Amino acid sequence: MITILDYGSGNINAIRNIYERLNISYEFATTIEQIIKADHILLPGVGAFDETISTLQKKGFTEVLNKKVQEEKVPVLGICVGMQMLADTSEEGTLNGLGWIPGKVKKFDKNLIPDKPKIPHLGWNSIEISRNCPLFKDIDPDVGFYFVHSYYFECADEADVICKTIYGNTFHSAVNRENVYGVQFHPEKSHDNGIQLLRNFANL
Amino acid sequence: MLRSRIIPCLLVHNKGLVKTLKFSVENGKYVGDPINAVKIFNEKQVDEIMVIDIDATVQGREPDYVMIKNVATECRMPLCYGGGVTSVEQVRKIIKLGAEKVAISAAALANPELLCQMSEAVGAQSVVLVLDIAKKKGLFGGSHYEIFTNNGKKKTGKKLYEFLEEIKDFSYGELVINNIDLDGVMEGYDMEMCDNVRKLTDVPLTFLGGAGSYEDLKKLVSRFKVIGAAAGSIFVFKGVYKAVLINYPKRFEKDELIKGNFSH
Repeated sequence: MITILDYGSGNINAIRNIYERLNISYEFATTIEQIIKADHILLPGVGAFDETISTLQKKGFTEVLNKKVQEEKVPVLGICVGMQMLADTSEEGTLNGLGWIPGKVKKFDKNLIPDKPKIPHLGWNSIEISRNCPLFKDIDPDVGFYFVHSYYFECADEADVICKTIYGNTFHSAVNRENVYGVQFHPEKSHDNGIQLLRNFANL
Repeated sequence: MLRSRIIPCLLVHNKGLVKTLKFSVENGKYVGDPINAVKIFNEKQVDEIMVIDIDATVQGREPDYVMIKNVATECRMPLCYGGGVTSVEQVRKIIKLGAEKVAISAAALANPELLCQMSEAVGAQSVVLVLDIAKKKGLFGGSHYEIFTNNGKKKTGKKLYEFLEEIKDFSYGELVINNIDLDGVMEGYDMEMCDNVRKLTDVPLTFLGGAGSYEDLKKLVSRFKVIGAAAGSIFVFKGVYKAVLINYPKRFEKDELIKGNFSH
């Protein structure tokens, strides 16, 4: 069963729809008790970094999540801001991230990047797979995924990178360390590739 | 590599979808039910979709949250909702209902600062500024583009290029330019205006109004490499008699449309 954390992020309904179509059981978790029972945890995210982190803290989820993810090693998938929360810090805010995958969230800086990309990075972009990962089984890297973000994840350890995407500079578009997974793009809005990725997560 | 976005724009009027002509509902055509259209666009794997409630601002009412939730839940592609959005709280609420982006127009023209406040609340990537424009002749010859609200009925007195300069440093995530003169006309985009707007803004850009064929989309894409090419008519009508038929380029057709035009 996929336990989708409900902390006010809008894309949970689209994720639910996909799991319903796939006939994979899921639940929206609003309480600590539900998280305690979880065997797969999904952290959705649309919004600003600090706002999302502080909602998580206010609901008292941080401690139980740390236990589930770091001690019990339950598979967890962060999407978009849900992925950025896995890092140590973000230039978008002042609060600390969950710190499960060492790294920083940085802002695309069009002045530092020679191509002067438009900010945010918005639209369908391809991915380059850096290493084999069950989360990316049967994914078409050229079709890629839908992105909409102004900040990107930069892993401290290159070994944690599953795939990269080029936008101005090359950034880490999916990350994984042990049971912790994160994707910057929106699988719930990425048609076949996205559906396949959410299926792969359920199979972990 | 980032690709151009080919975006159907759906207009909601009296809870149904209409395709307007020069932004007039009276000369428009009913094209179906929003949820049904979204289901078909899901199957066609569209890049993204815009759903604009053209009644909300005119009637001075709140966005229809039930409709937004139903549409957002059905969408397996990104959704931009617009219509009647005037406050930060509304933007927050619409994002929580599952839209990726919220479009603001009249409220942002009245108070451009709102864009920054909204960006602070939900992140700039989710805040879209829509400007409805029409060409106006000047008193002493020449012409300029003026910005309108309320479906082209209300003048703002603001000139497009000047306003873009004015809000240059404001925080928002995407600019959509809707050319009222060309709405439903299906004779191609106004390339000169598009060129000028591109020079004046650093955010991702989408043009709406004028596309009459996939060839028109292709022209826009090849001019700008990475652009949002939005359209209404071509995605809901088929043939010279404009029979209502929802359609969208197939994968190979879209690859052909955007071929060789990418950003690194």
